[in-house]
Amino acid sequence: MILVLARRLANVVPTLVAVIALVFLLFSVLPGSFISGMGEDGRTTIDPAVMERMRKEMGLDDPLPERFAKYIAHTAVGDLGKSFRTREPVTTLIGQRIWPSLKLMFAAMAFAIAVGVTLGFLAALRPGSPIDTVSMVAAISGLSLSQFWFGLMLMYLFALTLHWLPSFGYGDGGIRHLILPAIALGVGPMALLARTTRAAVLDVLNADFVRTARSKGMSERRVVEWHVLRNALVLVITIIGLQFGSLMGQAVVVEKLFAWPGVGSLLIDSVFQRDMPAVQGCILLIVVFFLAINTLVDIAYVAIDPRIRYGR
Amino acid sequence: MSTDPLLEVDGLRIALTSGGTTYNAAEDVSFEIGRGEAFGLVGESGCGKSITALAVMGLLKRPLSLAGGRIVLDGEEIQKASPARMRELRGSRIGMIFQEPMTALNPLSPVGRQIAEMFVLHQKAGWSEAMDRAEEALRQVRVPSPARRIKDYPHQLSGGMRQRVMIAIALACSPELLIADEPTTALDVTVQAEIIDLMAELCAAKGTAILMISHDLGLVANMCRRVAVMYAGRIVEAQPAEAIFATPQHPYTQGLVNSLPRLGERSRRGQQKLREIAGVVPSIQAYPSGCRFNPRCPRATEVCLTTPPAITPLPAANSAEALVRCHHHG
Amino acid sequence: MTLMTLKLAPKLRGGTSLWIGGGLVALAVFVAVAAPLIARTDPVMDANLMNAEIPPGWEFPFGTDAQGRDIYSRIVYGARISLTVGVGSQILNSLIGVSLGLTAGYWGGWWDDIVTGLTNLMLAIPSLIFALAIMAILGPGLTSLLAALGLTAWSYSCRIARAQVLSLKSQGYIQAARILGYGDLRIMFTQVLPNILGPLIVIATLGMGTAILSEAALSFLGLGIRPPFPSWGSMLSEARDQINTVPWLSIFPGVAIFLTVLGLNLLGDGLRDILDPQSTTRR
Repeated sequence: MILVLARRLANVVPTLVAVIALVFLLFSVLPGSFISGMGEDGRTTIDPAVMERMRKEMGLDDPLPERFAKYIAHTAVGDLGKSFRTREPVTTLIGQRIWPSLKLMFAAMAFAIAVGVTLGFLAALRPGSPIDTVSMVAAISGLSLSQFWFGLMLMYLFALTLHWLPSFGYGDGGIRHLILPAIALGVGPMALLARTTRAAVLDVLNADFVRTARSKGMSERRVVEWHVLRNALVLVITIIGLQFGSLMGQAVVVEKLFAWPGVGSLLIDSVFQRDMPAVQGCILLIVVFFLAINTLVDIAYVAIDPRIRYGR
Repeated sequence: MSTDPLLEVDGLRIALTSGGTTYNAAEDVSFEIGRGEAFGLVGESGCGKSITALAVMGLLKRPLSLAGGRIVLDGEEIQKASPARMRELRGSRIGMIFQEPMTALNPLSPVGRQIAEMFVLHQKAGWSEAMDRAEEALRQVRVPSPARRIKDYPHQLSGGMRQRVMIAIALACSPELLIADEPTTALDVTVQAEIIDLMAELCAAKGTAILMISHDLGLVANMCRRVAVMYAGRIVEAQPAEAIFATPQHPYTQGLVNSLPRLGERSRRGQQKLREIAGVVPSIQAYPSGCRFNPRCPRATEVCLTTPPAITPLPAANSAEALVRCHHHG
Repeated sequence: MTLMTLKLAPKLRGGTSLWIGGGLVALAVFVAVAAPLIARTDPVMDANLMNAEIPPGWEFPFGTDAQGRDIYSRIVYGARISLTVGVGSQILNSLIGVSLGLTAGYWGGWWDDIVTGLTNLMLAIPSLIFALAIMAILGPGLTSLLAALGLTAWSYSCRIARAQVLSLKSQGYIQAARILGYGDLRIMFTQVLPNILGPLIVIATLGMGTAILSEAALSFLGLGIRPPFPSWGSMLSEARDQINTVPWLSIFPGVAIFLTVLGLNLLGDGLRDILDPQSTTRR
């Protein structure tokens, strides 16, 4: 068991280093580089003197390998640099944003699981029934929706027209402000979960061991409780984990739409303010979060599935 | 004790519905199994033997369905039984073993629990009592150190051990009938014999009748008192086991017997020239009219191409014991 | 297994979604191609403040915006941008994925290690974030969008191409072709590629939907196509602040995105049932 875990962790480290390198390279080497590149669209021009000072301060004129070594060394100890704009450490900036982001993600995922897994299950237990058709139409529609447009429509209907919920902002951090962004963000994972749950349950229902269970004289309900749920869950949990990992990235648009003070809106604001350390920091956080969750999913897999637990 | 058979299958017809068309995956299937008797059903893949077994279990699933005939277990017409009644019968009075021990057990559940379920389901046992009895059941099927094994997951056991677990499950509630669908096909040759012996021995001890389903005529004839041969959805011949080897009546059975190496040396195929049956099994959409064996039959005549033969007793034999479905008999 | 031989593949399931999806996609393609013919006004230039903010009606079926531009005409032209981004990015992705996957599986060795590492790296970064980073560096515009979406999603086709080569290799096909004197490239393109065309088409179809959604999201954030050009995403970006007063600005571009992506997803699902029955492309 420990060996398996160690192997999984060992697999992540090179990817992690590669990701850090890629984030560094993207913003340091590509033609134009981030600072000057953003100036070219003509919206805001930076005073050349300021730019010069920034380049110095960032050490952008040092040779590339040296900068990379420094970047890695700093990142390794959790130093993501200082924001160009506020002069605060990027970690502080992100620290203020991470809780709202996590809150939004958990709420979105809770919605996605509650609706998606339920729909998928009901659909699979009655294939071809009206509920199956309705769930699958809902699922494919959910996958085809633009999250921010859906959010905009929710906002128009429930906030601006019906006045049931606040239209945007974090408010006091209470649940009323959370509902609409969470649904907008959760609709994609919900749709995906509905589809994969249905497929997983149908798969298990057709498995030989379910036929064995039936041959034992079990009621369908027992068959599902004793033999289908856990097996289907292995797959569903994987999807839940993978979706959760990518949610921080997906949240960028929804956070921006609802003016939600999370990591995503920090990223977008920093892009427009050409606050390169903040942008790098946010992207790094989102990617590392994604990787970390994926690794956790692997580990959860080990805990659930005895075939892996015993190192097969 | 009654002299009625334990299981009577009479005129069974199983329909396969596909794209709006209905085919008969099995038809006019009739046989009887006495109490404690071992009965074999032999045929190639797709001949309808497995679905006949599933029909007896009441486990036919779409696109298959029971379209006619009676299945009588101990005087009760179970094809009419309610789903709840069938659930009572399954497991407690009819046990079943499947071909693939690899996939027939739930990979995420310890084998002990999978056996214990039987006692919880049918004998209202609590889990801890059921686990004790599961351990005992494992001992009966001669799994070494059962106390440890009950906590194992299926993937930790060998194929033969898994099949022993399946036997323990099927026999847990001492059913009157054990249906074994190709129980040894997926196993190593050396393990096959052990499993067969174990099944025969346990069933003899408990007085359990066996419906043994296999493509392997030699294996079935070794174990069973009587054997029926199925071809393309119909039983073509039924005889006592010795007779089917000594005097096979249907041309298909004759072909099967001729294609077998000498009894007991099944593993050494290829060392002697075996005669195979020419041609291939027709697919269900393309069953020939008349006798379904006619494209491959060396004795086919005009009547075989047009008229399906009825199954009839062999003139020489006791009626229920020897039957054949061929125009050139009776 | 006896039952398996009785399983007759029911072909019905792909049917409906294939036709609905195909119809929606055909409609989107028609609108994009025939845009100058079916648009009523120029999507950028024909501003007329006299007509500002007219609700949907007979004269302006989808209404007008604050500058008096016809929303219907802007959506018609927006189809061109969406489809260009969708098709262009998927062509790029397929080309990259297939060439990397074929060569990696075929030659193996260090090249295979590099490609596999790259594939894993691509999968380790959420695609929208990757695209967003590239857009932030390259700046807004159609070319940047094609780069951002066309260079970041090739891992699926790469994996399939590589897996197919390896499977053909293990079955001895490739060696046989070599013995027959076929060259490496010829083997890759005549022996391997036809075998993965089906899954590739499915991946590309579904990928187009994703790319169109990403384009809309990036444009909405102000990093994709920028106003006044009529991308559906940029239209929504403009419309957002006026949702309370001029809601139709927000509704129609979103519906256009939804129907197009829905069409592509349905078409992809339908095609999968036909072209890729073993479902190597399910994600």
